[in-house]
Parts: sequence; structure tokens; C-alpha cells
Amino acid sequence: MSARSEVSALTISAVREGLSNKTFSATELAKTALSFAERENPATNAYLTFSPERALAAAARVDERIAKGEYPGALAGVPVAIKDVIVTKGLRTTCASRVLGHYIPPYDATAVVRLEEEGAVIIGKTNCDEFAMGSSNENSAFGPVRNPRALDRVPGGSSGGSAAVVAQGTAVASLGSDTGGSIRQPASFCGVVGVTPTYGRVSRYGLVAFASSLDHIGPFARNVTDAATVLRVIAGRDELDSTSAFAPVDDYRALMQHPVKDLKLGLPKEYFEGLGSETGDVVHAAIEQLKRQGCEVREIGLPHTKYALSCYYIIATAEASSNLARYDGVRYTAREDGETLSDMYRNTRGCGFGAEVKRRIMLGTYVLSAGYYDAYYRKAQQVRTLIARDFSRAFEQVDAILAPVSPFPAFKLGEKVDDPLAMYLSDVYTLTGDLAGVPCMSVPCGESKEGLPIGLQIFAKHFDESTMFRVAYNYERSAGQ
Amino acid sequence: MRLTDEEVRYVADLANLRLNDEEVARMSHDLGQILTHVEQLRELDTTEIEPMAQVLYDADETATLREDIPHTPLRNQEALANAALSGAGYFKVPKVIERS
Repeated sequence: MSARSEVSALTISAVREGLSNKTFSATELAKTALSFAERENPATNAYLTFSPERALAAAARVDERIAKGEYPGALAGVPVAIKDVIVTKGLRTTCASRVLGHYIPPYDATAVVRLEEEGAVIIGKTNCDEFAMGSSNENSAFGPVRNPRALDRVPGGSSGGSAAVVAQGTAVASLGSDTGGSIRQPASFCGVVGVTPTYGRVSRYGLVAFASSLDHIGPFARNVTDAATVLRVIAGRDELDSTSAFAPVDDYRALMQHPVKDLKLGLPKEYFEGLGSETGDVVHAAIEQLKRQGCEVREIGLPHTKYALSCYYIIATAEASSNLARYDGVRYTAREDGETLSDMYRNTRGCGFGAEVKRRIMLGTYVLSAGYYDAYYRKAQQVRTLIARDFSRAFEQVDAILAPVSPFPAFKLGEKVDDPLAMYLSDVYTLTGDLAGVPCMSVPCGESKEGLPIGLQIFAKHFDESTMFRVAYNYERSAGQ
Repeated sequence: MRLTDEEVRYVADLANLRLNDEEVARMSHDLGQILTHVEQLRELDTTEIEPMAQVLYDADETATLREDIPHTPLRNQEALANAALSGAGYFKVPKVIERS
């Protein structure tokens, strides 16, 4: 377990096999994975914090269970990384913000608890855009993440670090969060699998709130099987999140093995008009591949797609302006002094937040301010109903929907940093999934001429992650990945 | 559409954000650009459309109610552990009430 090629290519099943064959112990694997991740990290800046003590303690528990002949868990010994917007008890959680630079949470997120109960070994916390606001990971207070596939390019965002560690091989799987595309877009840019489950499928308890009606926790992995395994562990009702769903969690790995013959797949024309030819060609080739397996592919319409960006930036910023009000210099570590209480608040927030976070707080405050509520917020909520209705109608005709994830592959660092609207437009194909609350994912489907990964996006009905995984798994297998 | 500097400062006040002059100028441009883009929503007639106040909910209205069983809350020390400034078991802030 010393060769770097081995640790960087591990999958969950390879870890399971290695442990049961005694090729390595969980403790040996944790030590190797940690030292490999620490050595490789300077190239990408994907990890903000390593957690060797926690990792070795978790690994020791797995080894102990194995020694006693007990079942060590679905993720026994698997080195995982957690986006730094998901709280970890006793382990610094920064949201990539100066305002939380020294915050040590007093509790664990439910998703983290569930991972560790199944034997996962958390080796560190990953970099991201500040408070998950961004599409390139350039909004981190701790510096940008570089795309492991092309170091002069962004890994996507906001979960750039969580995508990068899986692509780089410095974690086997990771957790990210998605509010407008923050899992699928970096997964597509880095060439890994990224899943945004149905809204409420995974408890948000312990996910630092950005936009509560849009926030999701979901997994990154190197293949569809691993992503399905991680989702099954973290999914399900949680009393600590009243919006978490009661719907039973399916055995995704069993159900996704069914052939896709006769499945009806929809191609929304709005997602293919004006799509760059290179991304379009790669996505179309993937669709052909699914047709050859007997899927029936038909064009559908999601007519309100063009309003998604406007709808999203009103709702998400309105919710963010309220959620981020708590960072006031009182409870969460950072404070800039001021003569009055109000001065202290203003100075703390003025110094602590980065430009993009301030921009969104301002926009959200503006759209909620007296006289504008109906024109902006209420209007956007009505448009959200129309967007969700587009999906319900489409799913009366098809079992799943296929689309590109992003209009273009990973762009260069700095390329869009001065143009917020251009940056927002890179999320144009992912926002609708969050607005409608449907499960969606990115699965690698090829490369651009420059060798940059491109992802295929798959949407399914509410709580029908099984069909989404089934399409992804059958595609992945036929593509020989 | 462009927000005036006064409008930007007013919103910054509501949001409890200290912005310097450069940030105010930048913000009036950026917010103006985004607000211009979102004006497209006016094209849509939404008079009969219910606003989406809840994403989806898959159980009875009372399903999230539980027995009211007391449990141990966060201890005072833990709650204060991340405070910028604390003392005597409380969060400390600049003086709010003036003594006469």
C-alpha cells in the first residue's frame, strides 16, 4: 500500500477487497492516504485542513471491528473528504471565509455522522468558494483550487476542492453541497461523478446554510457505483432536519444494474440550442451510446429554462442575505471592533466577507427591501413554480432527462473573475435542477480536444435516484470507463 | 439600470455591511447589471401562479412533530467557545444602553 498509483486509483470496492484480503489494514490505508494527500495537495490547494487524529481513530475502530469479526460498515476504511461548509465537531470549519477562519464546530453534521458510522475515514476538509458562492472556486479566502486535470484551469465551483481531491486521487470519495450546480459543474470540470439528490433526500443538519430552499448535500466519487454507495449511506429521514424526506432509501446499487432498454429519455431543446459545438458533440455522442442500448430518446421542452438564472439569483441571494445575518462578530470567532454595536457589526462583516458574498448579500437585501418584495421575491417564487411544473410535465412523458452540465469545459483561472454575470451564466444548465428539487448528476462522458473533461447531466423524478443511477451506470459501463 | 451610490449605501446599511467608496462604485455597477438581467421575469404573466414557498414535502403535516422529551442542550462553555469575546458566561458586545 505504498505505491502512489495504488492509493490514487482506489475505489470503495477495492478498499473493501483490500481489507478483507488483509492486503492492508484500515490504519495502514489511512496513513498512506493522509501522507499522499498532504504531499500532493500543494499542486491544487484542494484541502484546507487535514484531520489525521480523527482519521486514525476512525481507522482504528474499523480495524477493531474487523478483528472482532463484526461487519465494519459499507464504507469501512474508505478515505473521504468533506467540503468545508459541512460542520465537523472539533475540526475547523471555515466555509472558506475569513469570518469563520477559526471556527471549531461543537457538533457534527448528520451526513458526517452517517459516513463515520459506516466506517468512513475522514482525512480532511476541502476548499470551496466562500459560503459556497461561486462557480470557479476563486472566491475562497484561502486561495483558489487548481484543476488536477489542467493546473492552469479552475476546478469549477463551488465544491471545487471536493471534486479535485477525487480527481487527483487524494480521497476516494467526498461530500459537496449544491445550491445552483455546485456539485455537478465541478464534477464535470474535473472528470468525476457528482450527485445532487432530491431536495430533502439528505439531511441538511450541519450544512452551513446558504439558501435553505435550494441547498443539497451530495457525493463525489470516481465511478457511479461508489457515488450510489455513498448516497445510500447519507440519505434518509433525520429528525434534526424537518425538511428531510420520509421516503424510503432504495438499494441504488441493485436497482441501477437493470438494463436501460425501453427507458424513455428526454432531450430538452432549450439546453441544446446555442450549446458550444465541442461540448455538444461529446454530449450527443453519449446520447447515441444510450440509444444503442435500446433507450428511446425524444425531444422535450422545458420552456421556462431561460428564466432560471433570474429566478435563482433572486431566491438564492434573498435567502443568503438572511442566513448570513448571523455572522455579526458576536458568536463566530471573527470580530472587528467598533464604537457602537452597529459599528462592530458593520466592520466585522465589511472586513470578513469577500467581494462575491457581499455582492449576494447586497442583492438579496435589495430584493427583499420595502417596496420591492412583490416585484422580485414573490415574482421569482412564482417563476420557480413554473420551472418545477416544466419538469413535472416532462416526466409525464419520459423517465429521465439528459443534458449538458455546463456550456463549456473548465475555463482558465482569472478568465471570468471580473464579470459576475458571465460567471453566473456558467451555471445556466444546472440551476433548474435545484429550483425544481429533482435529483440530478454529472457523469463523465468524454473530453474536449484539449483533453478537458466534459460531463453528461441526468435528471430524474423526485426520489427516483435509482433511475438516474441506472442511466448513469449503464452509460458508464458501455463507455468502458 | 444602475443603482445610485445613495441607494447602494442605504442597502448596505440594511445589510449591516461597511463598504468603502470603491466597493460602493463597483456594487452600483454590478447590482445594476444583474437587476437589468432579472427584469426579463416581467415578460411572464404569473397572476394565477402560486408562489413556490415549499420545495416538496412527502408526508403528513404533522409528521415532523415529535414527543416533547427534554434532552441535554449545548453546555454554556461549548456555546461560548467560538465567541469573539465572552465573560461571566455571556457573549460580550459593545455597550448598547447609555446610562444617564
